[in-house]
Amino acid sequence: MSSEAQIPHLFRTEYRKIVSVLCRHFGFREIEVAEDIASDTFLVAMQAWGIEGPPPNPAGWLYSTAKNKAKNYLHRHSIYEEKVLPEVRTGWDGDTELEIDLTPGNIYDSQLQMMFAVCHPSISGESQVGLALRVLCGFGIQEIADAFLTTKEVVNKRLTRAKERLRGVDIQIEMPPADQIDVRLEPVLTTIYLLFNEGYYSISQDRALRKDVCLEAMRLCTMLVENAATNKPQVNALLAMMCFHASRFDARIDASGDLVLYGEQDTSLWNEDLIMNGAVFLKAAASGSILSRYHLEAGIAYWHTQKEDIPDKWSNIVYFYDQLLKLNYTPVAALNRLFALSKLKGKLAVIQEAEALAIENNPFYFALLGELYTGVDQHKALANLDNALQLARTTAEQQAIGKQISALQKG
Amino acid sequence: MEEYLILMRLDLLTREAQPSPEQMQEYMKQYHSWIAGIVAEGKFAGGKGLSTEGKVLKPGNVMTDGPYAETKESLAGFIVIRTGNFDDAVRLAAQCPILNGEGNSVEVRKIVSVHEQ
Repeated sequence: MSSEAQIPHLFRTEYRKIVSVLCRHFGFREIEVAEDIASDTFLVAMQAWGIEGPPPNPAGWLYSTAKNKAKNYLHRHSIYEEKVLPEVRTGWDGDTELEIDLTPGNIYDSQLQMMFAVCHPSISGESQVGLALRVLCGFGIQEIADAFLTTKEVVNKRLTRAKERLRGVDIQIEMPPADQIDVRLEPVLTTIYLLFNEGYYSISQDRALRKDVCLEAMRLCTMLVENAATNKPQVNALLAMMCFHASRFDARIDASGDLVLYGEQDTSLWNEDLIMNGAVFLKAAASGSILSRYHLEAGIAYWHTQKEDIPDKWSNIVYFYDQLLKLNYTPVAALNRLFALSKLKGKLAVIQEAEALAIENNPFYFALLGELYTGVDQHKALANLDNALQLARTTAEQQAIGKQISALQKG
Repeated sequence: MEEYLILMRLDLLTREAQPSPEQMQEYMKQYHSWIAGIVAEGKFAGGKGLSTEGKVLKPGNVMTDGPYAETKESLAGFIVIRTGNFDDAVRLAAQCPILNGEGNSVEVRKIVSVHEQ
């Protein structure tokens, strides 16, 4: 077997390239045709390569197979249009076939443009992430269902509805004009952000799948950084944030798959390369006049990569949380700010402020109070952790809180 | 030595059942090691995969886009193996990884030759 064919994820990688190019060629209306042709191509590859072994140039083989299938489709389509619907002639005639362009340049452009098409505010965040996983990342329906802990039927329905909606707004596969890049980038960055969170905080137990999802989000963001038109400060900030968070991927889940809380992680498992890369992108983000939420979150994430518990670390984190809350208030950010503040000012100083938040339906609220009362009032600490345990939504959360409770009961 | 044709049919109609690209790459590897096992036993005589496009011709100049216009299963590939008896041919065919897929099937047929009788 040739070494090239053993590239992990080769089919997944080539799937998304072929779908993007075909979809750009046919128009978004025909996205299902593009998906079918791509799936068909891999079905044939599976069979032919299985029997004869992979070809010397696997990608090239896939492209020419996909091209032939696309040509056949166009040919059949033209017969239909000419014989059945003569009045709606499109001006396309069978002899001047438009060549399907599967050169690296067009593959890259098509993928970039597909990003702007799929990450569209007219569909829900969940649908954007699902469609991105399918069309931009090449994941299968079952893999997406596993990531969302739902069924294939639900995913299929969601994706079908999302595609319908995008057809409804007549989405075009094209680069936005230069003066609209910042505005159009916003939903794209939101999707990438959600995609990363889906992997990082997913309720799915499949660790490898979760890491793949995070790496995909980083790959999409890297494509935007590599393109001159989209290499904007906020894009670099988001990529920096993801690098910093991803650096703890191996430290935050232990061998048995349990979540390891930040304070208890083995810092020698933090990935120094990712931290360094993150720093490079953070530096690139520090230009222009836009201070996006990604800048602030990258700042918070940066200071979390500092191993020493110095006052500077927590005062900076608190500062960035203050800015973030002004820009975009969320209960989770408010709770995280208070945790950082307690590191800076001590637990007693923060308890009152925390209780004033009174977010009664949130496990993190009670987990924070449990943490703050630990060493101050054991009885209240336990009561709050019990509440947190009742509200915990995932087994990982339950396990992490359970550990805290048993540690408290022993001590 | 006798020759046997092993025909592999895939369920192509059930769209929801379509494996992901990642799974297909995995199946391809399993497929390849199944063939490698037959080659290692010195029993592989050849084979090809088939494209999904095709035409079905019928009496009276009837031609349809095939191959799966009328049947749920589509011929996806075939191999020819050389072995001493039917049981061994069936044993090798039973290891074909496409049998892990719902709706798929493998058919074993003895090839009849006029000259070697």
